[in-house]
Amino acid sequence: MKLIENVSRHVSRRGFLQGALASGVFVLSARLVPDPLWAAEGEASAPPFEPSLWMSIASDGTVTIVAHRSEMGCGSRTALPLVVTDELDADWSRVKIEQAIGDPRYGEQDTDGSHSVRSGFDLMRQVGATGRVMLISAAAAQWGVSAKECTTEPHFVVHRSSGRKLGYGEVAAAAAKLPVPKKEDVPLKTRVEWRYIGKESNSLFDLPEIVTGKAIFGMDATMPGMVYASVEHPPVLGQKIKSYDDTAALKVTGVQETLTIAAFKPPHMFQPLGGVAVIADNTYAAFAGRKNLKIEWDSSSHSVYNSTSFRKTLEDTSRQPCRVVRNVGDVDAAFVRSAKSGGKIIEAEYYAPHLAHASMEPPVAVAEYRDGKVLAWAPTQNPQAVQETIAGVLGVKKEDVTCHVTLLGGGFGRKSKPDQVAEAAVLSKQLGKPVKVVWSREDDIHFDYFHSVAAMYMKAAVGTDGKPTAWLQRTVYPPIGSTFDTAAKYADDEMGLGWNNLPFDIANQRAENGPADYHVRIGWLRSVANIYHAFAISSFADELAKAANKDSAQYLLDLVGPPRIVNLDLKGDEAEDAKNYPLETARLRRVVEIAVERSGWGKEAMGLGKGRGMGIAAHRSFLTYVATVVEVEIDSKGQVHIPNVWTAVDAGTIVSPDNVRNQFEGAAVFGTSLALFGEITATNGAIDQSNFHNYQITRMNRAPRHVDVHIVKSEAPPAGVGEPGVPPFAPALYNAVFAATGKRVRELPLSKTKLV
Amino acid sequence: MIRFQVNGKEKTFDGDPDMPLLWYLRDVAQLTGTKFGCGMALCGACTVHQNGAAIRSCSTAMKEISGAEITTIEGIAPMHPVQEAWIEIRVPQCGYCQTGQIMQAIALLQENKNPSDQEIDTAMAGNLCRCGTYQRIRAAIHQAAKHQAARHEDRKETA
Repeated sequence: MKLIENVSRHVSRRGFLQGALASGVFVLSARLVPDPLWAAEGEASAPPFEPSLWMSIASDGTVTIVAHRSEMGCGSRTALPLVVTDELDADWSRVKIEQAIGDPRYGEQDTDGSHSVRSGFDLMRQVGATGRVMLISAAAAQWGVSAKECTTEPHFVVHRSSGRKLGYGEVAAAAAKLPVPKKEDVPLKTRVEWRYIGKESNSLFDLPEIVTGKAIFGMDATMPGMVYASVEHPPVLGQKIKSYDDTAALKVTGVQETLTIAAFKPPHMFQPLGGVAVIADNTYAAFAGRKNLKIEWDSSSHSVYNSTSFRKTLEDTSRQPCRVVRNVGDVDAAFVRSAKSGGKIIEAEYYAPHLAHASMEPPVAVAEYRDGKVLAWAPTQNPQAVQETIAGVLGVKKEDVTCHVTLLGGGFGRKSKPDQVAEAAVLSKQLGKPVKVVWSREDDIHFDYFHSVAAMYMKAAVGTDGKPTAWLQRTVYPPIGSTFDTAAKYADDEMGLGWNNLPFDIANQRAENGPADYHVRIGWLRSVANIYHAFAISSFADELAKAANKDSAQYLLDLVGPPRIVNLDLKGDEAEDAKNYPLETARLRRVVEIAVERSGWGKEAMGLGKGRGMGIAAHRSFLTYVATVVEVEIDSKGQVHIPNVWTAVDAGTIVSPDNVRNQFEGAAVFGTSLALFGEITATNGAIDQSNFHNYQITRMNRAPRHVDVHIVKSEAPPAGVGEPGVPPFAPALYNAVFAATGKRVRELPLSKTKLV
Repeated sequence: MIRFQVNGKEKTFDGDPDMPLLWYLRDVAQLTGTKFGCGMALCGACTVHQNGAAIRSCSTAMKEISGAEITTIEGIAPMHPVQEAWIEIRVPQCGYCQTGQIMQAIALLQENKNPSDQEIDTAMAGNLCRCGTYQRIRAAIHQAAKHQAARHEDRKETA
């Protein structure tokens, strides 16, 4: 309700700015600037720099900063405006945040890949610093002094020699009339001048609203006159409705009518799955009506999907030569040499099942179609994808789809795919009124864009000194690309997620990827392919250490090798990343050493045994270096307890350290869920799990009792923090289980293996 | 006609008596601080108080609350020590489950002024947090217990 009262359907982003101007608000660069002022360097396609898009200052001094990334719990909505505030030298307590709608002028808005701060840091600094220069110029002009004689303190311009002060609100109107200075005339603060970036005191902007229940999530968005809808989707991907009977459904109190939603045209992308929607006065009636639907579905080629037999197919593929994605030296020759010289060959196979995101807030959206235009409110990670998807499905112009972004009750990658928003728009067009689509937990789990099932085959030749002379790794899974191309069988971007960038100092190494068919929608889940890749690589590293009778942590450091920049021979975006973010083994070594030190790793760890053990894993993902030590205790029933986790993180420059710690504490819990319980399976194409009783996520009593997060102080460019804590967790835990029990478990989740 | 109280106000309901309290609160009374998570009393996002005790509103039918006093997060005012502790410890990430966590924690501290780690784990095990803020939730409950005890001492001194 609150959202609707605050922002009527006619108030677009542009409307907001016009309204702001009319009320005497300072809007940076309010005048039209015909040419791009400064395109972001090296990005020809980047939108022009328009400070007015990002912030405004009212005459009362209130600074409004636009958050263009979605807030799903990672803190982007706070972090980026904090950076603007710092460079503007404003007072955070006088800052308001306005959430951006989907609009290409903000550049890419998909809040995924742990890159909100990484991609937005420099731009947000420019926005703030530009505002500061303009405010100083306006104040200097008013005083008749040179701008060089002036400086700022939070929310004031100060004339140094006279001590005169003018509040930002007092000079905002005059500043708005000044030309926007060139980038080279906008000095940035030095690190020691930062008042907010990197400070412990930073906390989430929305914290007070969250704890009082006033925060508005997608589930809480409403539109006047809206109806509620719940959609019965085809149980198997690609099935269509053969016939349906809604007689009983219509008898349920509160049910108004039923409607059908057409099935997607392959590839499914973010289109609705299709199905029968029950329209009702409230959510409960819509849910209850659905239970009384009788639907007959036609057949789908995907009904052949059975997880048990599919696993065999993946494993068979992984045992054969596959497509080479990275090659160093000559692995095959090294295997032959090793056999002749008395070396050892070690092989192992690892398996990881599908996972569901299970955000606490299931998919939900409210949308209204009117006169060829669509207005939507949604908890989406990607509002521009909402525009594109609805435009495609309804045949309207992308610009005619306005997507407002609420807070997200978790996202983890699921909410980058706006199929449920498109459902609401499709239903609204049919009904001629706003529709709120609410997915049940069962819908959420049955119809996710699943984290892929994967099989990995690993082989190493080990010399008499216990060190590998050759390392072969093969990975096979249905790729995310299948969501966009039905013919896709090989991984693409997933290769950069912990597979084509092994940081080990091994002369001969080869990474391969094998083909697999998809039968469910495959998507990104927090840290994505890094999960199974790190599981295989870090488990195998531990296997080699134990085979060599070496300390696992020291062996890991030896594998990483001396400090150097690893040549990865990358292309495209990854090569671009590598320019600013080279893979530095010194940083990886450092986090391992810190985790070792803080955990008290050493003789105790090696000698714990008897149901207690420590394990270690290190993994770089989203350009962040992470090492994790997990301590386990296994009780007489074989149940795993996790008294302690120690994580060391080097994510470069940090905006909000406490939030970063919170992310890594949470990653340990997310890691516990997938390591101990997480498994989605299919039978005849339909998903077997449905709710938290059979798709368990970690509860407080099974979560790590204490997670220690150490952040390495760094002035390197900011890297990711939302995801990188997840990948090393499961292998560290499994390595600890081995230390505790002598059992080497090679499949996720651990609940499938009896430990006692 | 079902009569009951929500946050101290008299209410009546003559709709489907099987409707879960959750959907009455959210869709009828527009009290959206109480969240939907699972519909099966498995996650605790929908936790409210019925006569002071924590219940799962997703699995409590309207016909079961006749004559009851229901308190939702909106009815916790002024700021409760538990909420203050949540802010001090900076517990939330996405925040969606936190109102349910807070309602459960308030109910716990009403029964047990100084719960141990073990007692907190047991009391809070029904409240899921996918972001994984459990360590901070536990710390915040201890903090709130301390605040409450301090306030109690203050009150004794002023009395």
